[in-house]
Amino acid sequence: MTKKKTSNSEEYLRMYTQMARIRAFEDQANKLYLSAKMPGLTHMYSGQEAVAVGICEALKKTDHITSTHRGHGHCVAKGAEFKQMFCELLGKEEGYCRGKGGSMHIADQANGNLGANAIVGGSAGIATGAALSAKNLGKDDVTVCFFGDGALGQGLLYEVMNMASLWSLPVIYACENNLYGEYTKVEEMAAGELTGRAKAFGIEAFELDGQDVLAVNNLSQKLVARARNGEGPFFIQLNTYRYHGHHVGDINREYYRPKDEEKYWKEERDPIINFGIWLAKENIATTAELQTLRDQVNQDAADAVAYALDASYPLAEEVDMHVFI
Amino acid sequence: MRSITLSQAVNEAIAEEMRRDETIFLLGEDVAEAGTPFKILSGLVEEFGTSRIIDTPISEPGFTGIAVGAAMTGSRPIVDLMFGDFLFLVMDQLCNQAAKTHYMSGGKLNVPMVLRTNLGATRRSAAQHSQSLHALVAHIPGVKVVLPSSAYEAKGLLKTAIRDNNPVVIFEDKLMYQDKSEVPEEEYLIPFGQANIVRQGTDITLVGTSSMVQVAEKAADILAKQGISAEVIDPRTIVPLDEDTILSSVRKTSRAIVIDEGHQSYGVTAEIASRISEGAFYHLDAPVQRMGAMDVPIPFSPALEDLTVPTPERVAIRAMALVKGELTYAI
Repeated sequence: MTKKKTSNSEEYLRMYTQMARIRAFEDQANKLYLSAKMPGLTHMYSGQEAVAVGICEALKKTDHITSTHRGHGHCVAKGAEFKQMFCELLGKEEGYCRGKGGSMHIADQANGNLGANAIVGGSAGIATGAALSAKNLGKDDVTVCFFGDGALGQGLLYEVMNMASLWSLPVIYACENNLYGEYTKVEEMAAGELTGRAKAFGIEAFELDGQDVLAVNNLSQKLVARARNGEGPFFIQLNTYRYHGHHVGDINREYYRPKDEEKYWKEERDPIINFGIWLAKENIATTAELQTLRDQVNQDAADAVAYALDASYPLAEEVDMHVFI
Repeated sequence: MRSITLSQAVNEAIAEEMRRDETIFLLGEDVAEAGTPFKILSGLVEEFGTSRIIDTPISEPGFTGIAVGAAMTGSRPIVDLMFGDFLFLVMDQLCNQAAKTHYMSGGKLNVPMVLRTNLGATRRSAAQHSQSLHALVAHIPGVKVVLPSSAYEAKGLLKTAIRDNNPVVIFEDKLMYQDKSEVPEEEYLIPFGQANIVRQGTDITLVGTSSMVQVAEKAADILAKQGISAEVIDPRTIVPLDEDTILSSVRKTSRAIVIDEGHQSYGVTAEIASRISEGAFYHLDAPVQRMGAMDVPIPFSPALEDLTVPTPERVAIRAMALVKGELTYAI
């Protein structure tokens, strides 16, 4: 774990809490699926919490992010509330998108989240456009484009990275390499160095341990400040791991991923456990205090699920509302 | 009143709107110093600078996606897509992203962007630079589709498009760029969803879009010499579509031909003909006719290309057959 002065206890505890909140959210979402209470499928972010939290804790509210089909973690990390999120996952009117987007399109405009995206790599243009908009309108907002290693196969990403570099846009491309694009290993699908793609466009690129929230946050703080200062764009490859399958229904997955690999990441590389150990060692919080904090977060998630299950569906007359403004 | 070309009308509309609203910018290939291959945008970069008239690499999906994101965050981008045929390249960004964002976000996010492109064959440009693909876009809920038929129409409709808070795709007929029409000096806007009755008539309704409005008018001239009075209607926008004006006309004339330069099968002619059949069936004295581009890739050879699109003569022949009761089944 990266060494850091312990004077920022509040920020560290907030990062820990935010990671715990994402884990709690996903555990509940998985339960909803397994108990057949959730329509459709969803994609779990569990295991990758340090990426979303480390980056989003370096952003201000008006900074934008674009997210992916595996987007609950980004949404929580950028400031969303459990209730509206679970309502959205269940297709309820009180959801962030009035139940019309669902898990794969959850967006939270008020906190700068321009939305998850069900097209792999589909938000690369949107993120770059948000950065161009900020620059043109004289705002100092930065945009972070989250995408997985699977999106490296999409041409759109390369088109917009080229323009972002030509125009020095305040955008950070955050590539979450969780080792698998759907059911296939990244090394079978992406030739060469991942960071080499960005470097070819003259974009400064970094690779780091995406399980280390402090390392992610430290680098993000620096790059966000530089992007605000007109030094962007940047590219970060964050090496991480998704604990679940491609989606909640991808349960028998030994044909593409061995169980001992999952065991290793969950037991040895877990971002929440390891950050908890560090917090205790640095005397920022005791193990018992962290347990209490996790219990509270789990309770909040359970309460939000109960609320969402009881919440109303949108009325039928809403079906053709919001096609046009 | 002065007359200006359609190209000048587009240029004026953009310049006026950009002066009015600083959040508007334009991006596309060779739009700045080059002013596009059709020289439509000449002079704009001199007035508005390179931060608002932005030359992009040849990356249509990329710059369309950038426009979507900019539109979601306070800007009002105008995308210049050099040829309508390149729509196939940008379909994900236009139809999966721009068109659905407002709905998918439950009304929280807006995408006020305009994508300007073109349509039209007979420019000897072969199959990948001659298509009229507006039906593809019109099929997707969440995008407005605008088809100006003259310089006057182009200016008023484009200004409305730029002020609209939804994604709007406007197709200009590239053969019409140098065509002049009367355009007032003073500002005007043409609302969407209000068809224009170009010419009044009593015997048959010719619904023509974009390039086919002129074709319909010329057909009406031919028909007038035969003593047949044709009403010509220009829907102006196919999303939204002014069904009422079209139906009122057909209820009066009892016959209709729909003419559009897109391919005939599964296209705009089919949609409008079907609405006429549904909404005016008991007023019809003859089957509604569709005249679109032939269902072939647009050929290069002039001898072949000219066969693929409706002409005034072919429209007039079809109309005469309808009026004389000689046509009881679709040709």
